[in-house]
Amino acid sequence: MPFIIAIVLLVIASVALHLLSPWYMTPIASNWQSIDNTIDITFWVTGFVFVTVNLFMAYAVYRFRYRRDRRAKYEPENKKLEAWLTVATSVGVAAMLAPGLFVWADFVEVPQDAHEVEAIGQQWQWSFRYPGADGVMGAADARFVTAENPFGMDEDDPAGRDDILVSAQEMHLPVNRPVKMLLRSKDVLHDFAVAQFRVKMDLVPGSVTYMWLTPTLIGSYDILCEELCGLGHFVMRGVVVVDDEATYNSWLATQPTYAQTLAQADGDPAQGQPSYAVCAACHGVNGEGNVALNAPKLAGQEDWYLRRQLNYFKTGVRGTHADDVYGAQMRPMAGTLATDDMVANVAAYIAAMPDMPAPDTITGDIANGQALFEPTCGVCHSERGEGIWAVNAPKLAGMSDWYLVRQLQNFKSGVRGVHPDDEYGFQMTSMVQALADDSAINDVVAYINTLDAQ
Amino acid sequence: MTTYIPLADQPSELHDPHTFIAKYVWSQDHKVIAIQYGSTAVFVGLIALVLSGLMRLQLGYPGTFAFIDPSDYYQFVTMHGMIMVIYLLTALFLGGFGNYLIPLQIGARDMVFPYLNMLSYWFYLLSVIILLASFFVHGGPTGAGWTLYPPQAILRGTPGADMGIILMLLSLAVFIVAFTMGGLNYVTTVLQARTHGMTLMRMPLAVWGIFVATILGLFAFPALFVSAIMMTFDKLIGTSFFMPAVTSLGTNLENSGGSPILFQHLFWFFGHPEVYIVALPAFGLVSDVLSTHARKNIFGYRMMVWAIVAIGALSFIVWAHHMYVSGMNPYFGFFFAFTTLIIAVPTAIKVYNWVLTLWHGNIRMTVPMLFAMGFIFTFIHGGLTGIFLGNVTVDLPLSDTYFVVAHFHMVMGVSPVMVLFAAIYHWFPKMSGKMFNVTLGKIHFWATFLGTYAIYLPMHYLGLLGVPRRYFAIGTTDFIPESAQQLNANITQAALFVGVMQLVFIFNIIYSLARGPKADGNPWEATSLEWQTPDTPPHHGNWGEKLPVVYRWAYEYSVPGVKADFVPQNIPPEEVEMLPGAGKYVDRSEVHG
Amino acid sequence: MNPLRALFEKPWQRTPQTADGLSVEHSQALEHPPQKTALMFFLGVVGVLFGLFITAYFVRMELDDWRPMPESQLLWINTVLLFFGSVVLQWTHSRLKHGEASSVKAGLLLGGLLTLGFVYGQFAAWQDMRAAGYYMYNNPANSFFYVLTGIHALHMLGGLWVWTRAGIRVWSGTAPEKVGLAVELCAVYWHFLLLVWLVLFALLSYT
Ligand code: HEA
Ligand code: HEA
Ligand code: CUA
Ligand SMILES: [Cu+2]
Repeated sequence: MPFIIAIVLLVIASVALHLLSPWYMTPIASNWQSIDNTIDITFWVTGFVFVTVNLFMAYAVYRFRYRRDRRAKYEPENKKLEAWLTVATSVGVAAMLAPGLFVWADFVEVPQDAHEVEAIGQQWQWSFRYPGADGVMGAADARFVTAENPFGMDEDDPAGRDDILVSAQEMHLPVNRPVKMLLRSKDVLHDFAVAQFRVKMDLVPGSVTYMWLTPTLIGSYDILCEELCGLGHFVMRGVVVVDDEATYNSWLATQPTYAQTLAQADGDPAQGQPSYAVCAACHGVNGEGNVALNAPKLAGQEDWYLRRQLNYFKTGVRGTHADDVYGAQMRPMAGTLATDDMVANVAAYIAAMPDMPAPDTITGDIANGQALFEPTCGVCHSERGEGIWAVNAPKLAGMSDWYLVRQLQNFKSGVRGVHPDDEYGFQMTSMVQALADDSAINDVVAYINTLDAQ
Repeated sequence: MTTYIPLADQPSELHDPHTFIAKYVWSQDHKVIAIQYGSTAVFVGLIALVLSGLMRLQLGYPGTFAFIDPSDYYQFVTMHGMIMVIYLLTALFLGGFGNYLIPLQIGARDMVFPYLNMLSYWFYLLSVIILLASFFVHGGPTGAGWTLYPPQAILRGTPGADMGIILMLLSLAVFIVAFTMGGLNYVTTVLQARTHGMTLMRMPLAVWGIFVATILGLFAFPALFVSAIMMTFDKLIGTSFFMPAVTSLGTNLENSGGSPILFQHLFWFFGHPEVYIVALPAFGLVSDVLSTHARKNIFGYRMMVWAIVAIGALSFIVWAHHMYVSGMNPYFGFFFAFTTLIIAVPTAIKVYNWVLTLWHGNIRMTVPMLFAMGFIFTFIHGGLTGIFLGNVTVDLPLSDTYFVVAHFHMVMGVSPVMVLFAAIYHWFPKMSGKMFNVTLGKIHFWATFLGTYAIYLPMHYLGLLGVPRRYFAIGTTDFIPESAQQLNANITQAALFVGVMQLVFIFNIIYSLARGPKADGNPWEATSLEWQTPDTPPHHGNWGEKLPVVYRWAYEYSVPGVKADFVPQNIPPEEVEMLPGAGKYVDRSEVHG
Repeated sequence: MNPLRALFEKPWQRTPQTADGLSVEHSQALEHPPQKTALMFFLGVVGVLFGLFITAYFVRMELDDWRPMPESQLLWINTVLLFFGSVVLQWTHSRLKHGEASSVKAGLLLGGLLTLGFVYGQFAAWQDMRAAGYYMYNNPANSFFYVLTGIHALHMLGGLWVWTRAGIRVWSGTAPEKVGLAVELCAVYWHFLLLVWLVLFALLSYT
């Protein structure tokens, strides 16, 4: 008896959950309403089967429960019945499959008027490419990828010159215009998925895959990577902003073309020197840093990282959080660097400084620190803590250890890394979750201290 | 050459081993080997279970359990999945139940190649040891996901990409060798060692399920073997079978031209049949349990056999339904969506026939029966969600979300596991000669049945929301509400509860082995041969002096006119006791069709 | 027994019309040594294994970086060796079948040696290739060459293991009739691997 009740209740509960659950597909923002419809049809058919078959079973169990005086019926088979059920099932299946295949036909056939946008995946971040004025994408390949040419553009292909390169985690699309997303990966499998668009597709290194859709709703939506791509899989996030035509075009206009990125001269140390005078006050003439003034060591740090952080301070991505006292002090200083060139020059000047490992001030359980560092931090910041440009992970070894501790604490407490425009902050705020408490943080930093012995 | 005598007519040259070692360690007795296989499988299964618990802790309470860092998590997920599918279910259903039941149910004294059978187990054990060893090497086990997709699986940036993945591939290779040795044994035994009168269509469905699953395994595992070999070379020697030109964390690798998709095709050419290698034995075993405890012949026996064969055959042409969004040629989608949904039809027939077996039955609510019916319910649920994913368009939003996770747990992590328990309880009296504790058994059933449903039903809705699988933590997104995290916590609670309640089962088994009441040879009043052995548990050689002779199929329940409501397969017609005035059993020719 | 008809038996009928109207007590079990059945299935498994390798070969071949390898003359010689190896075994088997045990030792020995020659030849071919600078990792074509020949050779060695055991029994004085089965199985297995090799050889040399 309890079994019968259980089955009936479970059936009711399942149906109820389905009807009442607050958890269901997010409102759609693309042309793929037809996909949702197919899902609804499937729910109806399968729901019907689920309810009837189970209730029938429950009834059978009730009606034919054991009685000493009763005997089961001896019926080896019943061809007619089985035939009917087979036919009915086939009909049910067809009812779900047929509409599905029609929608799929739409999905594989990209409309003629679709414009192309390329999403490039790598461990563990996105970048994007637009065809530019000539409307064609230049050739590109993972084997061309270098620090100077992160997009792997093919220099010899003129068509690539005017391609627009977006190295930020944010892409834009015009509303109501069908777009063919070209998907390319530099390293491993990834998957370009936007829940509101419904469609998704893997990025496969060595080939360019595609999918198409028409954004129908202005707004910004998260891009998630939905193919396991290693340690950072779950922090590989991007944003797609759907604009009206005008906003879209003006945004596109602000993005550099490949030619421009080539022309862009990298910073000149000599010109950076004067501007550094301001910094020297706190960070020291040789960028050695100063604990008393809470100014971290700069010498030895990569210029691409310095540039990004200086801009963050300028634009208020960093140093604006209420509890970020020292960040607040840094903001006006960064403000003195009016132009991008000045930022670049200072960064170049600092990068050129002689690099002496900072004195060790933090102590902790080195063994434990190593155990924490190697499987997680070490992947992006490299086993030796030297940093890896490809994943935008800065140098750690030999930098001010007290500063590392504070930053880890800030990431953990959400003082740093939570600003929406902090591109990789999200990755750090997620990863520091593996550091239980301050002692764990000290352990890691203590281990990092051992790495600067070159 | 001299004319050949069918095995059943050959004098048995089994000489009882005497030393303890020969009896229980290097044993060639299929029953002992079955127990060895079974207990090893359950042991690793429990490890996988603990891993799933740890995973759930992280997912339910992200950030709370800092000792689980992302790389640990991915290693747990991978090992959990791999162990559960291959080293637990495949090994337990075929190595365990296959070994125990085939000879007993077809009336043989043992497998045809006992020595090979023994080797099979020791190779399996070796593969398990290699697998577990990877937990202790530098970098730990691989965290590439149980699908082991390259390039990721063999590149820095994935946990265990140095030693772990190599041990994983090696372990799989060894497992495949073990399986092939066992498999050849099972099929040959079924085809040749059947006793007098045991025609193919008189075999219990359990044997049919195991038989067809084994054939699937024999022809599917080579695909895994091939891909494992090629990936090992890509990893060790730097060949480019699956490796295109890539830049790994800033360094450009030598490789070029390889095709990651090729690996996926090979993997799923194995991977999909694999899921039926797990499902078909479950189908077979559960059919016998249902029929026995419903005191009614299995409904539509022939359809059941044909369905098993059909599903087995079809399962080789649906593999790419795991690759709808893999970037393969999208036109394949049409073909594979079609074949995939076709499979629903034979499967449906099986479901109907199980339910119709209950109809007009006289159902005894025993513990095995409860689990068997729990299987029907959860399998229907899991199967139907498979239909969602099979329909290529519907798969677009759902692929790689928790909807998939929910699907395959319901259909593989729950329903076959239900059968596992049903079977263990059903055959326990025969295997041990003891009866288990019914109350504990029922507690175990309710906890596992309701508990697992509480885990996986809500998981489907996480999937519909769009929560991706293989995420260490969801973090904040613009479309997943806070409440989802709460839901995750509840799922975790349910999972931990179910996990812990398995101790009841373990305790019940151990306690009953030691203290359980003595069970007689045929406690369920079943018809099939294994219940008719002269001694319980059966001795080496199973049948004493003479092999049994089979006079009928395995489902002779509640035959009109017969006194008892079951007629064992091996009772001569003239000895069947009839009700007064019912005439002679032999004379009664057909009842139906 | 005819498996297909067997599947249509109505097992619940008291007097079963088994496929060929056999008596109830007949089990329809196959009427040849189980080793043969096992071998048949094993050949199936090996067939699938190489089938998949070959499929992979064709898929990979289409990709742009494929550079075919030069053909090694040695392979021709090896092929001939293996061919005669399996012919000799077949001959030994048929002689045994007609009760002429005299030639067993000679047949086994010759067949085995020819096969050993083949395996060694394959190994030598590897050496040549590497000497000529065709390493496994240079190019997928090379990779496949080494893998396919290697796996095939391994299967050959597996066969030779059975052959050795048969040999030991013969020389240790077991009546030749008793090893008849072993010889027959070897012969079949050899033919199969010869076939596989011919396919692989064609594949390697014409693509
Ligand atoms: C025992 C294991 C098992 C079984 C039996 C099944 C059964 C099925 N599975 Fe599942 N599946 C898995 C194990 C299993 N699966 C696993 C492990 C994965 C994930 C692998 C990974 O990525 O990690 C997976 C993933 C998976 C995918 C890939 C999803 C993705 O990654 O995007 C798909 C897609 O087609 C799929 C489909 C199906 C279908 C159509 C069935 C069908 O066979 C179901 C048929 C049964 C029924 C339909 C119910 C009974 C029928 C009736 C009650 C009659 C009425 C029915 C109708 C009218 C329709 N499964
Ligand atoms: C048979 C297969 C099986 C089984 C039983 C389970 C059981 C469980 N699984 Fe798992 N799981 C997989 C196969 C299975 N799983 C696979 C293939 C994956 C994919 C891996 C990948 O993505 O690479 C996966 C992934 C997976 C995920 C997704 C992780 C992610 O994508 O990030 C989660 C998350 O909740 C999960 C949870 C659980 C839980 C809580 C249980 C259970 O604890 C639930 C309760 C069930 C029981 C308690 C019964 C279990 C009984 C046994 C295990 C037998 C033990 C022996 C005896 C007691 C006799 N599993
Ligand atoms: Cu990129 Cu997952
Ligand atoms: Cu599948």
